Amino acid sequence: MTTEDKIRCDACPVLCMISKGRTGACDRWGNVEGKLTRVDPVVLFRKVTAQQGELTGFLERTDWDGGVLPDAPVFVSGVGSGTTYPDYKPAPFIVASKHDGVDMVTVVTEGIFSYCSFKVKIDTDRYLGPEQATVRCKGEAVGHVTTIEYGSQMLSLGGVHHLTGGSKKEGRVTCDTMMDLGNRKPVELQIDGGASVIVEAGKPPVVNGVAEQRMRVGCGSATIGIFARQWHGHVDEVVVVDDHITGILTEHQAGRFLDMPPSGIKIKGRKSTPGRYFQVAHPGTGWGGTDITDPLSIVTGFDSKVARPGLRVLMVSTTGEDAAYFVLDDSLRMTPAPMPEPVRRVVDRIGENCEPALCTVLFLMGAGGSLRAGVTENPVRLTRSIKELLTRVTSGGAPVYVWPGGGITVMVDVTRMPENAFGWVPTPAIVAPIEFTLRLADYEALGGHMDRVRSVEDVLRAERVRVLGWDGLNPWPIGT
Amino acid sequence: MLEVAQRPQVERAPTGALRARLGEGRWHFQHGPIDLVVGAEGDAESVCAFVEAAWARMQTILGELVRELSVLRAPVAAGVLRGPVARRMEAACLPHCVQFITPMAAVAGAVADELIACAREYRGLLRAHVNNGGDIALHLAPGARYRVGLFADLGRIERRERWRFDGDAEIGFDTPVRGVATSGWRGRSFSLGIADSVTVLARTAAQADAAATMIANAVNVDHPAIARRAAASLKDDSDLGARLVTVEVPALPAALIERALEAGSAHAHALQARGVVQSAVLWLQGRARTVGSP
Repeated sequence: MTTEDKIRCDACPVLCMISKGRTGACDRWGNVEGKLTRVDPVVLFRKVTAQQGELTGFLERTDWDGGVLPDAPVFVSGVGSGTTYPDYKPAPFIVASKHDGVDMVTVVTEGIFSYCSFKVKIDTDRYLGPEQATVRCKGEAVGHVTTIEYGSQMLSLGGVHHLTGGSKKEGRVTCDTMMDLGNRKPVELQIDGGASVIVEAGKPPVVNGVAEQRMRVGCGSATIGIFARQWHGHVDEVVVVDDHITGILTEHQAGRFLDMPPSGIKIKGRKSTPGRYFQVAHPGTGWGGTDITDPLSIVTGFDSKVARPGLRVLMVSTTGEDAAYFVLDDSLRMTPAPMPEPVRRVVDRIGENCEPALCTVLFLMGAGGSLRAGVTENPVRLTRSIKELLTRVTSGGAPVYVWPGGGITVMVDVTRMPENAFGWVPTPAIVAPIEFTLRLADYEALGGHMDRVRSVEDVLRAERVRVLGWDGLNPWPIGT
Repeated sequence: MLEVAQRPQVERAPTGALRARLGEGRWHFQHGPIDLVVGAEGDAESVCAFVEAAWARMQTILGELVRELSVLRAPVAAGVLRGPVARRMEAACLPHCVQFITPMAAVAGAVADELIACAREYRGLLRAHVNNGGDIALHLAPGARYRVGLFADLGRIERRERWRFDGDAEIGFDTPVRGVATSGWRGRSFSLGIADSVTVLARTAAQADAAATMIANAVNVDHPAIARRAAASLKDDSDLGARLVTVEVPALPAALIERALEAGSAHAHALQARGVVQSAVLWLQGRARTVGSP
């Protein structure tokens, strides 16, 4: 809402009316060129052993050993740095520092990204929905199911098509969903023709209300290949139930290699190669990512010329979470029996070999646009400098993967960024930090805004800052 | 070796209030302009119960204040406010009503008092504090004490001197003090005066907050190089309206520093004589005055 030059902030119940260039009562939100923008204090990292690396609030002056700051290496991150739209203005912070006697510079800004998305990897074999299906949040389309990967379902969420290409509500819900994903909050998603799933970066996925525990050890065939020798001598047949490839031990190359005699078991599905079957059931949230809860439902019978009474059969899923042990009776029917200890141990070992199931969230942003003008007057030189590895790109201090090809398309793991690094503007678009670090001489050569280079000390003196301990898993960005 | 940052998980209440755990028994609460740290010690059950009670109370405070915001931004008058935090603000500001003051002068302290009041229920608490941007409310069990370090000479940051405390105060169960507040032109709130900081100890954080504001306003002299601006030109909706607030103070001659401190400490003495404050420390450009003792 706008009255004359003021805008109304609806970030909290105070509902401040904010004039251009000022901030509201909280000093967190402000009117930047007519746009409601988060103007939190800029986040600095210091490369020293903080007391447990605890977040040092700027209000807690007693926690801030002000003397340490200028002595320890400091990295100014883009979190809360603000932007300088339109971008021909120099970026908010262009900070000089020294590394091994070499003058370095870090250009710090927050990008406003319409062209950006989250790639979500959900470690589960449970069926989430068909490829290409629409993913919804609060009923609005926010993304789609993309190509399945080994042991994981992949989603592509957000992006310009949903942010600005659909209804106003679709854009707003997409923006909220993206903000929450980036800021590591749980997001509940529904997949058309599939499951509901709660995604939170670094946490196990919750599929249809059930928290996922572990990834499968491999497909059914791989599971046979890993454990065949350990089963040998304790069972006569093993069926590893898997939505992708169900494995049968005595038919499989691994069983044949151990000279195991065929059991004569017949199962549903389409045979791929010996001992490997596709589509034994439908996808679902039952055994091994299929829809079955009774393993016998995929067994069609035994070849009476091959099978014999007393044959010992193990049926198990690819995570070891589901397992049942049977002995054939005189009429070759599978009869449940107590699972012998050696067999149980191998089932448990399948579970032990499954890694914890997690949701991992990568943010993909395209910084190829006008943002580059805040760095240099000749933007293509920045792009080239990044491709030539002269300029290091980070996002909130976290390392990024620079996608080859044109433009500056980078991908970052949100769990390596500071807490609440993502913001938004009402466009709607996502605000995310981005920093470019390079040698001062290289910066000058690519047409950088040399008159705007400031010392770290000057930033410390003049700005409201929030100081974080450095995440030791991230490489220090300032290097040569 | 570097330590890996423990990133706090942020929890969001339906009202929009946020909290994040900072460490053992320490939490950061934030809602709009309210931004505070809660800390407690004692048996684990009591600490946890107190933090949960304070968090429950925190969630609705901003909404309650907003409902009476126009009255809170007007000069203080008796009996016109209804919300519990608003009434704490009113009570703390009324002793100063011969001068211009709005209840907003005590908002930070009053919010801290409201949350620390949750501590009374829990016998197992040894001590607790709510630090609302430097305005601190304390809870002490019999025999317990807090040592409050004073980082008063904010000019030291500008002069790039090393960090050290400028003093400290022992606040024990047997003193009447349960509130500490600091005001000055360098702080987040505006000041009409030129003090780097005025720190006040009083019975409640709200009383300390209002008194620190008024004493800091009184630390003042005229000098052409002191820059002052209308509050309304710096912040929309400021309760100070067109009043001139201090935005820059140059290095002053010693005589002027002393004169400004003298004016401030006279005001502090008067408030102390009336029992409004327990003690106060006033800082201006490396010089300090103390009034009363904790």
